[in-house]
Formats: sequence, C-alpha cells, structure tokens
Amino acid sequence: MTTGTGTRPMVRISSVRKCFGAVEVLKGISLDVPVGGVVCVVGPSGSGKSTLLRCVNRLETIDSGRIWVDGDLIGYAERDGRLHHLSPAALSRQKQDIGMVFQRFHLFPHRTALENVMEGPVVVRGVPKDKARTRAMELLERVGLADRAGHYPAQLSGGQQQRVAIARSLAMDPKLMLFDEPTSALDPELVQEVLAVMRDLAASGMTMMVVTHEMGFAREVGDDLIFIDGGVVVERGNPREVLAAPRHERFRAFLGQVL
Amino acid sequence: MTKIPGEPGTSAAQEPDLPIDAIRPPRPGRWIAALVAGFFLVWLTYTIIVNENLHWDVIVAYLGDGRVLGGLWVTIQLTVLSMAIGLALGVLAAVMQLSGSAVLRGASALYTWFFRGTPLLVQLIFWFNIGLVFPTFGIGVPFDGPKLFEWQANELITPFTAALLGLGINEGAYMAEIVRAGIRSVDPGQREAAESLGMSHRQVLRRVVLPQAMRVIVPPTGNQFISMLKTTSMVSVIAGAELLTVSQRIYLGNFEVIAMLIVASIWYMVLTTIASVGQHFLEKRFERGHHALPTRIRRNLRPFGRGNA
Repeated sequence: MTTGTGTRPMVRISSVRKCFGAVEVLKGISLDVPVGGVVCVVGPSGSGKSTLLRCVNRLETIDSGRIWVDGDLIGYAERDGRLHHLSPAALSRQKQDIGMVFQRFHLFPHRTALENVMEGPVVVRGVPKDKARTRAMELLERVGLADRAGHYPAQLSGGQQQRVAIARSLAMDPKLMLFDEPTSALDPELVQEVLAVMRDLAASGMTMMVVTHEMGFAREVGDDLIFIDGGVVVERGNPREVLAAPRHERFRAFLGQVL
Repeated sequence: MTKIPGEPGTSAAQEPDLPIDAIRPPRPGRWIAALVAGFFLVWLTYTIIVNENLHWDVIVAYLGDGRVLGGLWVTIQLTVLSMAIGLALGVLAAVMQLSGSAVLRGASALYTWFFRGTPLLVQLIFWFNIGLVFPTFGIGVPFDGPKLFEWQANELITPFTAALLGLGINEGAYMAEIVRAGIRSVDPGQREAAESLGMSHRQVLRRVVLPQAMRVIVPPTGNQFISMLKTTSMVSVIAGAELLTVSQRIYLGNFEVIAMLIVASIWYMVLTTIASVGQHFLEKRFERGHHALPTRIRRNLRPFGRGNA
C-alpha cells in the first residue's frame, strides 16, 4: 500500500494492539509511512486514531505488535531473541527525532514564543543560546510569526499558538512529524493559517502523520489516507481516489457526516 | 440635513460623543456601617492611648533593647532555616508521592501522616529530649555495627537545633501537600509536550513542571512563612532564646508582662508585614506569561482573593 518503492519506510507499524483496561482500542493495525510521505489518518472519535499516533512516539505503550521509526524499534531493544525495555535516556533520545503537535498546542505558558522554540535545542541538545535563538527566529519566520517572538502563549491566538508549537517541534530537526488533530481546537477562521504551514512543511519533504478531520487537506496534501474505525483500518488508499469513490459503507457513512 | 445619531449610514466621524456621567444611587446602609466602624476605631484607639496600664514608655524603651533585638534575630534565623528545611523536605516528599514506586509513595505518606498527626508542641519537646531515647548518634555500620563517629545527644541537641528539627520537619509535612497540589495543577499535556521534545524526567520537572507549579505553590508557601514567623514562639517551651522567650525572661524580672508582650507583638507584626510585601513580589515573578488574562479574572483566580476595589 505504500507509495515508496522498496526503500525502508520512515514509519512501519506492524500488528499493533492497545488496550485501555478491558477496552481494546487498537485491534491489530499495520501501516507504512514512506520517507517524505504524508499519511492522513481519519476516523470517528474514539476510533483509536489519536491513540495510534501517540503510540508512535510512545506517549502510550502498546500491548503487542512492533513500531519502527527510521529502522529503530520504538520503546524496546531486541537482544538474544528477547525484547528489553529501553532505558529512560534511550526513550528520550528516540523522541528527539519525532516531532509532535497536539490538538491543544501545549506551549509552555511561562515562556515566550521564542523561548518555547529554543527550549528543546538548548535543554535537550545543549545548543548554545545565541545559536538556538538565531535558529528559533528562522523557524518563527517560517511559520510567519517572527513579529510575535516576544509574546507569551496567552497573548497569541489559537492559530498562532499552534504555529509556534509546530516551530517548537521543528527546532529539534525531527525526521518525522506527528500531528494530533492540529486544527480541531481552533476557531474556523484560524484553521487555514495552520494548514498552510503544514502544507509548506509537506512540500519541503517532511514525513508526516496527520490525524485530522480536514478532508480538504487530506485530498490536497496527503499521499495516503487511512480510515480507522473501531480500532481497525477500514479503508486506505490514495486520498483523491478513496474520497471520490469510497469502497466501504462505514467510510461512506463517515464522510456523509463530516463533509 | 440633520442625522439621527446611531442611524445606519451615519459615519463614525459625524457621531457625537456620548459620555456616561451618571449619578450613583444613594447607599444609606453603607454610609451608616462606615460611620459605626469609624466611630469604633476612634474609640478603640483613644482607650488604648489613654490607658495608663499599658506603660507606653516601657514599650518604647524596650523595642530597641539589645536582648529583644537578639531574640528577634534568633526568630528570623529559626524561620528562614526551618522554612528552608521544610521546603526541601516538602519537595522531596511530594516527588516521592508522585513516584511510580509504592515503597517511596508509602514512605512519603507515612511521613506526612505522622508529622501532621501529632502536635508541634509535642514534637518540639520530643526533639529537645531525644537524648532520653537515643543517648548517642553515630555514623557507621547500621544495626549496632561498629561506629566511625559518635556524638552525645546532649552535646548535639541545643534548644536551637531541637527547634530547627521540630519546626523544619513538621513544616516539611505541610509543604509536601502544597508542593504536591502545585505539581498536580500543571496540565498533563505540558509533561507530554516536554517529553516529546526528548526531555528527561528531571528536565521535565525542572524546566516545565516546577516553574508552572510555583504559581500554585508560592502563595500558600508565603502564608506558611508568615505563619512560621509566629510559630517559632512555641520554641519558648524549650527556652529557645527567640523573641517570645526573651520577652518572657525580661518580664519575669521587671513584671511588665503586658508591655513586654506588646513589644514582642510589634516586632512580629513588623516581620509579617515585610514578609507580605516580599510575597507580593514573588507572586508577581511567577505569574510570568499569565498577564494576557484580564485583571479581574486574574484577581478572582488568586487563591487568596485580595482587593475587590
């Protein structure tokens, strides 16, 4: 199903299962994201799509299956035919390469936009402050917010906060960006400014997994569309094709509700 | 052609200003209450000033007395040091409480349970008399093994060290709850965002969680500090040489009981006033990033809703 041609995928998700208590939210999900690919994950609320994304950078642990990012097994090391839990330090190292953008932004409220973007490189990578500041300003410029560098998150609109959050993730030079419903908490008129930044990012060749309700974005930018319902992948394919001619009844019904 | 103000099509430039200069309705109830309160204050001040039993000359004479100032200094030392011990123990106990290990959580819970469950006065007397239970303290192999160093409890435990132990350890139990509430007040999403950047647990705590928790921690800690300034007076039961002990020693000699208590009280009030001002500035410091909220909402969000002007 991948658009890649034999090369190693950036993300490989293989038979992933995840339970919350007695409820199984992911019931054996497998998918590949090729390097530079944009995969949009859609589905009704509670379908497990956000959980799947959170498993990829191990904000959630999985109960069975395997997830590899750029060839690295997430969360474990395989030695002598057995899995070993990674140390906290190794887990943190894996997360450095995976950017995550949250529905509710989660900017650090006690730091300015600029300080938010500098935080990762300075604290985690030990980059000198002046160097990190220059790079952070470039990134704020890229998301169109250079003039808001000194503002605190509470002084920014939702759309601006989300763009700063994207810049904050990009500051770690990730190989992969995860977007967990990045526009769902925004007022309708602010959605487009965030999607524009994401469109640019996709055009620059970033590998992206995007959980979203924005079918227009999926159609225009996505290389693959995955429809998840009840913890399983129901429909997948080229977004332009599957949106024009959904094959499964459940997907058709879902589209009828969101479009 | 004249235009009616507010009529559609009237441009803003042509509209007249309409200032609101309204007359307030009378508030006779409030005026009478203010009058009664004002009268009461004047009367109270008068009776205090003309009362000869209060010996104002003695009070003024002893305010700057060397022994009183010495006691004042001990009170300040005791407050600052025991709050420092309390804060350190409190952060430790709070972090233990939020740990994944049941043993650490249990140890922390036991600590707060015990020291909040017994009276401070009892704890102070206990620490002062700890030599009755443990006559010597040593560093060496645990469980009665050989000792590298050994001290006599009676040499180690002065009224000052007993007071520090009693006040600091007791305070830690209360600070643990305050710090824990502060840490829990931080949105879990903050932790996730920080972890996603690749921060270690320690970095998440130090860079993201604690600075935000401080907004919740600082106001009640200021309260605890102010409370501690006066709680140190309990140390007088073990002759701690702080402000109240010293004042008592003086009135046992000159029989100016009330005057000396007023001297001590004036100094306590000076200290608490200074501490309140310090608290105000500290709170402002940790409100960084929250100024976009309208002032009134911010005021209502404060734990101790001050000033509803």
